[in-house]
Amino acid sequence: MSYLIDRRLNAKNKSAVNRQRFIRRYKKHIKKAVADAVSSRSITDIEKGEEITIPNDDIQEPVFSHSPGGKRTTIHPGNKEFVKGDKIPRPKGGGGAGGSKASNTGEGMDDFAFQITQDEFLEFMFDDLELPNLVKRQLAGSDTFKYKRAGYSTVGTPNQINIVRSLRAANARRIALGSPSKKKLAQLQQQLEQLLEEHPQQSDKIRQLEEQIEQLSAKVKRIPFLDTFDIKYNLTVKEPQPTSKAVMFCIMDVSGSMNQATKDMAKRFFILLYLFLQRNYDRTDVVFIRHHTNAAEVDEEEFFYSRETGGTIVSSALSLMKNIMDTRYPTSEWNIYGAQASDGDNWDNDSSRCYDLLVNEIMPHTQHYSYVEISPREHQSLWHEYEQVKSQFEDTFATQQIIQPSDIYPVFRELFQRRPA
Amino acid sequence: MNQPQLKQQPISTGSDWTFELIQQYDEVIGGLAQEFGLDTYPNQIEIINSEQMMDAYSSSGMPLFYHHWSYGKHFLGIENNYNRGQMGLAYEIVINSNPCIAYLMEENSMTMQALVIAHACYGHNSFFKGNYLFRAWTEADSIIDYLVFARNYIAKCEERHGVDAVEKILDSCHALMNYGVDRYKRPHPISTTEEMQRQHEREVLLQQQVNDLWRTIPVTKSTTAKDKLPPFPEEPQENLLYFLEKNAPLLEPWHREILRIVRKIAQYFYPQRQTQVMNEGWACFWHYTLLNEMYDRNLVTDGFMMEFLQSHTSVIFQPDFDSPYYSGINPYTLGFAMMMDIRRICENPTDEDRQWFPDFAGSNWQETLQFAMRNFKDESFIQQFLSPKVMRDLKLFCALDDDRLSEIEITAIHDDSGYQIIREHLAGQYNMGDKEPNIQITNIDIRGDRSMRLEHRQHNRKPLNDYSQETLKHLHRLWGFDIHLDSIQDGKVVNSYHCPDINDYPDPENE
Repeated sequence: MSYLIDRRLNAKNKSAVNRQRFIRRYKKHIKKAVADAVSSRSITDIEKGEEITIPNDDIQEPVFSHSPGGKRTTIHPGNKEFVKGDKIPRPKGGGGAGGSKASNTGEGMDDFAFQITQDEFLEFMFDDLELPNLVKRQLAGSDTFKYKRAGYSTVGTPNQINIVRSLRAANARRIALGSPSKKKLAQLQQQLEQLLEEHPQQSDKIRQLEEQIEQLSAKVKRIPFLDTFDIKYNLTVKEPQPTSKAVMFCIMDVSGSMNQATKDMAKRFFILLYLFLQRNYDRTDVVFIRHHTNAAEVDEEEFFYSRETGGTIVSSALSLMKNIMDTRYPTSEWNIYGAQASDGDNWDNDSSRCYDLLVNEIMPHTQHYSYVEISPREHQSLWHEYEQVKSQFEDTFATQQIIQPSDIYPVFRELFQRRPA
Repeated sequence: MNQPQLKQQPISTGSDWTFELIQQYDEVIGGLAQEFGLDTYPNQIEIINSEQMMDAYSSSGMPLFYHHWSYGKHFLGIENNYNRGQMGLAYEIVINSNPCIAYLMEENSMTMQALVIAHACYGHNSFFKGNYLFRAWTEADSIIDYLVFARNYIAKCEERHGVDAVEKILDSCHALMNYGVDRYKRPHPISTTEEMQRQHEREVLLQQQVNDLWRTIPVTKSTTAKDKLPPFPEEPQENLLYFLEKNAPLLEPWHREILRIVRKIAQYFYPQRQTQVMNEGWACFWHYTLLNEMYDRNLVTDGFMMEFLQSHTSVIFQPDFDSPYYSGINPYTLGFAMMMDIRRICENPTDEDRQWFPDFAGSNWQETLQFAMRNFKDESFIQQFLSPKVMRDLKLFCALDDDRLSEIEITAIHDDSGYQIIREHLAGQYNMGDKEPNIQITNIDIRGDRSMRLEHRQHNRKPLNDYSQETLKHLHRLWGFDIHLDSIQDGKVVNSYHCPDINDYPDPENE
């Protein structure tokens, strides 16, 4: 007799745990591969999965076994022209007659390669990163709740029944309802006993008493052990949780001095930032500001794809940021972040204005502000002014320089590295 | 003239399978198997998809196994090769349990499913039930229970001690898994209930024994002489995991339990490694015989037979030694050829056969095959049953590769003077003792630094591989004290391995 079972239905991802264990063990290798991949990819497919390669030696599971050498006698099939006593030269590189046993795993000596999914890729990409200094917390909106015990209730669902409370209430009810009758019952019983002992001939009275006793005990018996209104339920209430709200200002220079390659790098940086925020922070606003001689707030599409260009006045973007902060993001509620990318070119005299704006208006209300200069050239006035800002706000202001595309990811990691609390 | 009016109809004509058809085929094949006298466990046939097949593949074919990163690694490797089309999956996996579990892939055609049923559910199944090694060493009734126990126990350890700690122990156990087998002693039957009951007692007791062995309280003066102590262990120990489980001083009770689990599972797989040629040969012989019988009875169509024969020939294909696809002797080919030949010798013996196999030439083939299947393992099976005809058909020859000589010598070919030599050496190739390095624990310095000394007796001067040093690290992790391994050739130490590596120590003279 055979049993036939269809196992296909409920076995998705049975190997998931082992896979996770493996990935966990080789985190270091995968992280490196991800970092390499991020810098070499084009802007549009930055978030796809990736093939990871790990050197075979690093993932060997060692066991005792023989290595080639010594005296080996082996039987082979398919003899064509050999006769006993023939001597043949040893084949090079194993395999073939009498050579060392070929690798029987079928994998040969190649490196171990496998695919990780897009999700895993992003996970590794943004592993250990966070928005620094995310401290302002507010009771905002009504979307995060914590369930909290709030005593007991008489209504609820069966899974919330509190057994101890219910039985205690039942017990109380049984005592309350039953004790007068029981007391009476005891009295009557005593009377009956007395009567039986002293005047056994008064059968009328005895029968009367017996009837009463019977009635009373029936009444006591009728009291239910557990009644519906004994049942008590655990009561839980939703309590809103304070959450932090954050806004990220992305400021990108699109002036004429930014050539195509520089713009491309700036966009890459912001795409990373955008992906990071989208993935790791649910409640984060992103404000895109694009500027040349004047600044404009644009949407995501325009920010990444528009081709508008012109001269450079950096302060225009900063003052726009300041305006938006004032109107839409009250600093008491919002954690404010800024990220600016530029090639460092600026209109004469404007850099000092930027300094004033940052030091007096923006930095005091900002959790963190990072400036990325994409330029292989000598730093200009803007960088020097920003250095000044940095010296005043050491913890919250960061400057980094990007020269080539491969710098983007390391710089990004540097800026948002999780710091010990 | 007397054409039978009721000609048997084929069971199916299309290539798609359905559950009803599988059931019908199974009934017919099962019936035929019974006619041929195959004794099997009940079958549990499970239909799975390719992902599940890869999963089963990567955790040594078992339906449920504890978690370990190496299985994830195998899975990823297989998945990668499979998705690139570099590798096909096995058509089936069969598990030595009662009932015998066989996996069928949903991608298979009806013909393939029938082939797999005949191969796995009646071929392998009857082998598991009949062969003496499986009968003696594995407990088909309780293996699934034991795997559940092992998986739960290890999960519990992970909860309690952390995934990393458990993983480390498992890594070390896996490295020594091949040295966790009792080659001669019959293991105690495993059963979950007993296992659970005894586990606690064992933990306490084991620790006590270990503590006894490592007692550091000074000995009284009457027994001072150090050399009077018997050497420990009294005899060299080949079952390293068993020795560690019972004697390693620093292991926690749960470490010992994990060692035991890995050891038990290694023991369970040991017969499979010793009977590959026979097992596959037996299963191939029966799927071939059963399906041909079905064809003779008009139960299957010509198209079915064509498809079956094509798969069958590719399974038993043996590339020649000079082919780029050659990777040793195909156990399916050798096993199938030998089984078929035994039947031939029984049914149509030649003079040569009568001379070589006087005791069974011309006997009942079913009885002879059953006898061969039940009482041998690969090594002895080849030694007893490899006939000159098979050697001629496969054109076997014997090559001697000695690293002291500049050329390879052909010492025997498939001719009268060579048959005996080839048979002997081919049998030797399946001797587990020669396949794996012979490493044994010879001495423990119990009153000194507790270091462990092992000896590797070289066979034909075959050296240890480059991973030996790494493997020693695992042994060191379990033992907790210094490990010394000497590789011995003709009584002389030719190579020594130490863990911690002696080269890492600062030279005392230079200090």
